[in-house]
Amino acid sequence: MPTKEMICISCPMGCMLSVDYDETGVLKVTGNQCKRGEIYASKEVINPRRVVTSIVPVIGGVEDMVSVKTATDIPKDLMKDCILALKNIKVQAPVEIGQVILENVCGTNVCVIATKRVEKKL
Amino acid sequence: MFDVVIIGAGVIGSSVARALSKYQLKVLVLEKHNDVCEETSKANSGIVHSGYDAKTGTLKAKFNLLGNRMMADFCKKYRVPYRNNGSLVLAFEDEDIQKLDELKKQGMKNGVERLRILSKDEVHEMEPNLNDSVVGALYAPTGGIVDPFELTIAQAEIANMNGVEFRFNSLVKSISKSKDHFLINFNDEIIESKTVINCAGVFSDEINNMVSEYKLHITPRKGEYCLFDKEVGHYVDKTIFQLPTAYGKGVLVTPTAENNLLIGPTAYDVIDKRDSSTSPEGLKEVLAKASQSIKKVPTGFIITAFSGLRATESKGDFVIGEAKDVPGFFNAAGIESPGLTAAPAIGDYLSSVVAQKLNADIKSNYLDNREEIIRFEPLSIEDKASLIKKNHEFGKIICRCEMVTLAEIKDAIHRPLGATTIDGVKRRTRAGAGRCQGGFCGPRVLEILSKELNKDPREITKFDQQAILLVGLDKETL
Amino acid sequence: MINKDIVIIGGGPAGLAAAIGAYEAGNKDIVILERDNQLGGILNQCIHPGFGLHTFKEELTGPEYASRYVKKINDLGIESKLETMVIDIAPNLIVSAINETEGVIQYQAKAVILAMGCRERPRGALNIPGTRPAGIYSAGTAQRYVNIEGFMPGKSVVILGSGDIGLIMARRLTLEGANVKTVVEIMPYSGGLKRNIVQCLDDFNIPLKLSHTVTKIHGKTRVTGVTIARVDDDKKPIPGTEEFIECDTLLLSVGLIPENELSRKVGVKINPRTQGPIVTESLETSIKGIFAAGNVLHVHDLVDYVSGEAYLAGKNSVKYIDGLLNENHMINIVTQDGVRYSVPSSINPKNAEDLSLIRFRSTDVYKDAYVSVFLDQERIIHSKKKIITPGEMEQVTILKKWLQDRPINSIFIKIEKE
Ligand SMILES: Cc1cc2nc3c(=O)[nH]c(=O)nc-3n(C[C@H](O)[C@H](O)[C@H](O)COP(=O)(O)OP(=O)(O)OC[C@H]3O[C@@H](n4cnc5c(N)ncnc54)[C@H](O)[C@@H]3O)c2cc1C
Ligand SMILES: Cc1cc2nc3c(=O)[nH]c(=O)nc-3n(C[C@H](O)[C@H](O)[C@H](O)COP(=O)(O)OP(=O)(O)OC[C@H]3O[C@@H](n4cnc5c(N)ncnc54)[C@H](O)[C@@H]3O)c2cc1C
Ligand code: SF4
Repeated sequence: MPTKEMICISCPMGCMLSVDYDETGVLKVTGNQCKRGEIYASKEVINPRRVVTSIVPVIGGVEDMVSVKTATDIPKDLMKDCILALKNIKVQAPVEIGQVILENVCGTNVCVIATKRVEKKL
Repeated sequence: MFDVVIIGAGVIGSSVARALSKYQLKVLVLEKHNDVCEETSKANSGIVHSGYDAKTGTLKAKFNLLGNRMMADFCKKYRVPYRNNGSLVLAFEDEDIQKLDELKKQGMKNGVERLRILSKDEVHEMEPNLNDSVVGALYAPTGGIVDPFELTIAQAEIANMNGVEFRFNSLVKSISKSKDHFLINFNDEIIESKTVINCAGVFSDEINNMVSEYKLHITPRKGEYCLFDKEVGHYVDKTIFQLPTAYGKGVLVTPTAENNLLIGPTAYDVIDKRDSSTSPEGLKEVLAKASQSIKKVPTGFIITAFSGLRATESKGDFVIGEAKDVPGFFNAAGIESPGLTAAPAIGDYLSSVVAQKLNADIKSNYLDNREEIIRFEPLSIEDKASLIKKNHEFGKIICRCEMVTLAEIKDAIHRPLGATTIDGVKRRTRAGAGRCQGGFCGPRVLEILSKELNKDPREITKFDQQAILLVGLDKETL
Repeated sequence: MINKDIVIIGGGPAGLAAAIGAYEAGNKDIVILERDNQLGGILNQCIHPGFGLHTFKEELTGPEYASRYVKKINDLGIESKLETMVIDIAPNLIVSAINETEGVIQYQAKAVILAMGCRERPRGALNIPGTRPAGIYSAGTAQRYVNIEGFMPGKSVVILGSGDIGLIMARRLTLEGANVKTVVEIMPYSGGLKRNIVQCLDDFNIPLKLSHTVTKIHGKTRVTGVTIARVDDDKKPIPGTEEFIECDTLLLSVGLIPENELSRKVGVKINPRTQGPIVTESLETSIKGIFAAGNVLHVHDLVDYVSGEAYLAGKNSVKYIDGLLNENHMINIVTQDGVRYSVPSSINPKNAEDLSLIRFRSTDVYKDAYVSVFLDQERIIHSKKKIITPGEMEQVTILKKWLQDRPINSIFIKIEKE
């Protein structure tokens, strides 16, 4: 039964996790200080996922750019593709926090949403 | 056809240009960088030497004294930061007092006034932070400190206001003489001029050697410095020298005209005239030597290090005047220290010689001043308030360390020969010259430059055309 | 002159939480002065996730975290002035600020809360020899370009210093199209959070070179490369280990310094270790009525802690105004054996909350060591930690009742091997 040591990245505590797993999945997680550590470990061993953040241009806003993120984590391998998918995207002001910027990014079923409010330029 | 082409826009070229702009002459300055004051004139000690140092009878001694005597009024008139703080040459051994005395005698011969040897007690009373090992000093009350950037910029500005044309990014590649005028080749363009004045700093030998058989040879001699935060700017009041060695003046410790503390320079010959890098050895040496003079070198307050190249000519003196074999070709070559001090006097002298040669008359509409420069930071609260009422852009602080406002930066950009780069703004306003060295205001200054000059932010550089700051847009290379 | 009970300098997370703390403690006469054109402070450029897990139980990005507080400030109707820079605090609590529309504004405050955050350490502080070309940025400056303005400061990048901003910028620059060659750290351990090493470097195969530094910068107009070298135990470069790395950009992520120009000018006592004011359990500085919280006090890893601390500062400023802060009975907190500093540096049991947090950083990396707290001679806390590193802030909780039972002179915090 293989064991993997990893650092939980779910929060800034950065717990040192020890994960026992086999073909059927994760058997045991130790070292976590909360439930999220366990969830993280299970995902990280089988299908590592990350939240991706970036910015996209705003047209007619009080600011030129707005920050965005994937609404939930997406497969780690798709991080670069996700940024690429945002390359030619522009949004019209006003932008609200949580507003969908791009749906189903890279076929993940996850939306990219705005994380900042940008008002319209008067 | 120009009457005069000046090569180089350091403090010397700018002084000559300023002095010549009084005359009814068509004058052009060619400078390879994209601003004035981009080489030696921006990287030196900024000392207005009193003049005891140069050998009696040399051009250095003569122009040093002339420059020193002019400086106070000159700086007041042209709004250049200057302070007559006086200087000390320290002795560390009793037998060195003898050497101080020799220096004093030389100074008196050179015409320096009020030189005085101080006893141990007197020195320590005058400068409480000196090392205990100091046994005496030569005190020169006429020594001073000046902002070298402003000394250059102010003169270039006056020249420009009075019709002198400046062409930047213009590297002079060759000069030839045809009958009664010169053909000057720069950037693959050729222009004609009746006279040429060589103010090319460390490259002034190369320019001279393009036309004259009396060859010059300049060895660049590097001097490295450490600059300290204003917090320790008053650690010493006077400029503190050590007794000179074979390699120049040793290491000095001085406040600058802008109230920082400066220590340096080293003195090493280098090969590359474009090499103004600093080295670990150099910085170590500067700190070590300075610790002989002062009790404690405040190393925790270093904000930057820099170096400059002295244009040391093989005969050891300034080369000033018309080349013997080339009428119409004038040199201000090999202008190493005390070149900054001497600059206004060299400018006055050379301009009168050239004007005489060209039979030029004085202009009737010569503007002998620059427009006021307002510095926000030193003003009282009341004055600050009334200034913002007059121009609200004084209410927007861009550089927090030096408290430089939007109004001041815009003024620096829109003046004659205004700033076009981040370094240009820094030298004119001090935005970015403080303790965070532009970390905070850099992006803001870039934005202002881009807006005021109507340029894409990616075209704004730190200095010169190649010193690009932003290489593209996010995701552009994906 | 405007009379104002509470003047808060800085509208970052600390300033915002302090305002809410004061408001909820019953004083509504508050103004927040912020020099930027928006509230939120440094969070506006921290577009990565990792904020607010403690406070909101969900992982937010910087702007999202800030917006929650800004909304609350707006809902409560607390006054804030943007693009307004404080230029002076006088010992009698007159705060002078300037802006474009009103010129000079002066407040006579009853309490002042310092929440100015911190700034980045510049190149000069390191004195790296070499040339002075374009292409050398502090990590925070690069962050502003990439995350707010949308510009890339370089194409191939070396990062000096493994502080969090540097790590986070390694990932951001990589994702936006740059080639981050390596992160070079002079210490034998990273200055940033572990999670950031994993998700910002390991995820992208960016090597972290510990015990290395940049010894020279190359390039006349734009950076063309850097020389790096391994360092010995005294952090001096070891000759013969130099290596040239071609790059057009050097990012410096070499530490943050609390921004205390104003505090120093008015005479607030500064702790040389933190570069921030020395404060009591109530977050009061050495000058009565001046409080401090957030990164201006000491550099925090977690914004949640900043908000908590600042909330307390706000609340205590109201107590102070109401004459409820006791001024005697200070117990000093002494840091020893591997503990670099603590905040606060004293506790007055009369003013303390039921639970007081003492935050500190270690001087070194300790494995399987104990954090111990002594009340005079008596050890009352002895807690085992797998790892303690200077890069991550530690904390201990002191119960008020421990301090009330009997007279105590000093509280000692130390790291013990067993
Ligand atoms: C370390 C150091 C310390 C010093 N300290 C002092 C001091 O304390 N007090 C003092 O009085 N003096 C001091 N000096 C001396 C003083 O700085 C110099 O004498 C003075 O700056 C020289 O000015 P310049 O105009 O001749 O040279 P520079 O400022 O170098 O100007 C020459 C200009 O010519 C341009 N140029 C060169 N070749 C060409 C070309 N082919 N085509 C176009 N343009 C060209 C260059 O780009 C440059 O801008 C010091 C010098 C050094 C190096
Ligand atoms: C790159 C980076 C990444 C981080 N990542 C995380 C993370 O993942 N998770 C996490 O929990 N925390 C993180 N943090 C930490 C957290 O963001 C900070 O601790 C927090 O922002 C500090 O808040 P503050 O209010 O003290 O300072 P700041 O946010 O810096 O706010 C200070 C404010 O004061 C203003 N100000 C300063 N001087 C004046 C003056 N004279 N007049 C008027 N206004 C003034 C400034 O403009 C600024 O808005 C990160 C920090 C950084 C820099
Ligand atoms: S296990 Fe829980 S506490 Fe530990 S790092 Fe993961 S999320 Fe944070």
